[in-house]
Amino acid sequence: MWRFIGFRVLQAIPVILSVITVTFFLVRAAPGGPFDTEKAVSEQVRAVLEARYQLDLPLHEQYLSYLGDLFKGDMGPSFYYPGRSVNDLIFQGLPITAELGFYALVFALFIGSLAGVFAALKPNSAQDYVPMSIAMVGICMPSFLLGPLLVLVFGIWLDVMPISGWGNSPGDKVLPSITLGAMYAAYIARLSRSGMLEVMNQDYLRTARAKGLPEHVVVLKHALRGGLLPVISYLGPAFAALLSGSFVVETVFQIPGLGRFYIQAAFNRDYTMILGTTVFLSTLIVVFNLLSDIVAAWLNPRLRYQFRN
Amino acid sequence: MIKTTGFLRLSLLLSLLITACSGGDTETRVVAGNREGVLHFGNYGEPQGLDPHIVTGVPEHYILTSLFEGLVTKNPYTLDIEPGVAESWEISEDGLTYTFHLRDDAKWSNGDPVTAEDFRWSFQRATSPLLGSEYSYMYYPIVNAEAYNSGNLADFDQVGVKVLDELTLQLQLHSPTPYLLQLLDHYSLFPVHRATVEAFGDATDRLSNWAREGNIVTNGSFVLTEWQINSHVRVEKNPLYWDADKVKLNAIVFYPTENQITEERMFRDGQLHWTREIPLEKIPAYQQDQPEVTRIAPYLGSYFYMMNTTRPPLDDARIRRALAMAVDRDLIAETVTQGVYRGSTSLVPPGTKGYEPPKTFSFDPEGARHLLAEAGYPDGEGFPAFDLLYNTHEDHRKIAVAIQQMWMQNLNITVNLVNQEWKVYLDSQNNMNYQVARRGWIGDYVDPYTFLGMYITDGGNNKTGFSNARYDEIILSQAPSELDQEKRYKLYREAETILLEEMPILPIFTYQYKHLASTNLKGMPDNIMDYYNWKYAYLEPDE
Repeated sequence: MWRFIGFRVLQAIPVILSVITVTFFLVRAAPGGPFDTEKAVSEQVRAVLEARYQLDLPLHEQYLSYLGDLFKGDMGPSFYYPGRSVNDLIFQGLPITAELGFYALVFALFIGSLAGVFAALKPNSAQDYVPMSIAMVGICMPSFLLGPLLVLVFGIWLDVMPISGWGNSPGDKVLPSITLGAMYAAYIARLSRSGMLEVMNQDYLRTARAKGLPEHVVVLKHALRGGLLPVISYLGPAFAALLSGSFVVETVFQIPGLGRFYIQAAFNRDYTMILGTTVFLSTLIVVFNLLSDIVAAWLNPRLRYQFRN
Repeated sequence: MIKTTGFLRLSLLLSLLITACSGGDTETRVVAGNREGVLHFGNYGEPQGLDPHIVTGVPEHYILTSLFEGLVTKNPYTLDIEPGVAESWEISEDGLTYTFHLRDDAKWSNGDPVTAEDFRWSFQRATSPLLGSEYSYMYYPIVNAEAYNSGNLADFDQVGVKVLDELTLQLQLHSPTPYLLQLLDHYSLFPVHRATVEAFGDATDRLSNWAREGNIVTNGSFVLTEWQINSHVRVEKNPLYWDADKVKLNAIVFYPTENQITEERMFRDGQLHWTREIPLEKIPAYQQDQPEVTRIAPYLGSYFYMMNTTRPPLDDARIRRALAMAVDRDLIAETVTQGVYRGSTSLVPPGTKGYEPPKTFSFDPEGARHLLAEAGYPDGEGFPAFDLLYNTHEDHRKIAVAIQQMWMQNLNITVNLVNQEWKVYLDSQNNMNYQVARRGWIGDYVDPYTFLGMYITDGGNNKTGFSNARYDEIILSQAPSELDQEKRYKLYREAETILLEEMPILPIFTYQYKHLASTNLKGMPDNIMDYYNWKYAYLEPDE
């Protein structure tokens, strides 16, 4: 197990390093710079600005100096928000995005696995088709449509839910969490359904039934553990995707999270901010993938065995 | 069966949860705000910062005018200059010397008096070449300010800013600048508190954080009390402000509502008193159902296409004129923009402080075809297709499609539409890597110069290759030294006539701003600058 973890961590280093390198050179290759505005900036002002942010150095020196700072944990000053560091901005947005992602995941996990298991109990019946069709709609419905739709129904017509903000009024976290979680709930429903179906025909379940266990014990105690395995290995990437993919929901609901910084940074050519958020999020994705692999290995004895040899 | 009831129970539970979450919260933010005098203001975007000498945007402008006050301010009803920190001033006969007498009760939010030296130091900081302020050109009417700003003059004592005594400041100009007092109300000429700036680092360090919540010291009608990035900025009434009795609001909360659609929903849900925008497609509905909250009024801004005059075939003025004459502006304004923009045939919007722009052409497809034939393309035959560049946005696309259609129909000319993301589009403009490109321009102050100054030879904002000796002469030397407003406007009209004959730009619309505004909100009247003076604004409580 430790060898497995160590091996995966070593693998992650070149991945993150290449993310840094590619992003670094890509953002600088993009046309238009951080100090291009609609109004002309005089040459001397531009020179001062570029010198202040070391943009006047040769590219490879900028790269090395950035790497050096990054290893010290300093992602540099934001180009767009003078006086704020990328570290500050990320750690201001992260807790909010993480909280939103967590609620969305809990929602997705609860609704998704419930629907999936429910459907798998009676495959190819109405009990299967109805939740699975809803899940299909959930996968297809983009959050920029679902969000405003929920807002319209619950916020404006029924007027029972706040429609924007985060932590300003009670209940304002409900709609964004559902909007963000809906697509994942749908995926989880489909994953858990197919996982359960596969397990339901296994010998050990027949044995369990044969020894006279009541059906709910069979399902809850024996089938679920194997049936939800695909869901578990999906959780890591899903949470990483929730963190990096919450931009639309954050915009629709006016939430001050990380996703908005990420997108705004690209529009503003805020070089350090683009790099900082990209590097940070890709590290998160690598870490969560690693974690879900470990959990899957721990749940699945066969994988464990493989690594022992 | 058991499962079904389980599901029912679950959904019942969920709906209970939903009702529980929202129970008792019947008073909206706007209603509470009306009662408490707290204005909830949609402010378009997150401010880059609150250092008035560094930031450049409009969201910053609205926050900064609440926090700081310059020598003078404006009346929101008339846009006339009113006393600010200066209670009176004298202008010399030749229009070159301005002497300001500061009031003795103007205070910083920490209790320090605001002095003439504060202004001198602030002006020095803002024009320092090391700070790299993007708005430093606002100081250029002052003697030697440009030389100091560009690093050619090291001694600020030679710049025309003099402290005569603790409360008297004198500005020396190199040419009479009739709009100087308006410039003084721009945030780039606001004073900053020296001790505070220096306490948090070097005075010219852009990355200093003196202008943050808890650090910042200001002299305006409000003080900064909360700043949650991407969430809101809250300012509260400043009890030390010299005119505090006149300030009626207790607080203003600025929200970075960069998404218009979300902003409109927030307004509808009673979370905002005021929006920066109305989504174009919602305008007809609001105009019909709630005209009392719909605020659409002329704005000091122009929407136009600029043409690269250095590349054939657009290097021929006749062709540029033909293109301009073949566009039916009123039709586009009415249909494509829902009447929100108004067709325009000039660069300077009409109504700029009494200036009436010249009218040198009108929609005339026949005349346009004539000009095109004269230029060697009868019926548009053999006319090379060219690109029309705009920054990626649905509204710009719709307008471009309409114009593309009109050029095809009236001139038989093929145009390719090209859209680019904002910064890429700016880059193309700066390198003159375009043929025809969309452009918008908002005036910094109410004077034709803020528009006409763009098109001097090699001007930083020209970007068309346009150059005309007579035009330069008027803009750079004749008009600036003319004291009589009428004669000056006559000169400007002559310059604009040259511009519109040569046609490096193709006027399309003048802008109108569009806001949704609660009917409880008073003291924020329409004016061409979309300018608000926060001490005039107030909220009427609901009955």
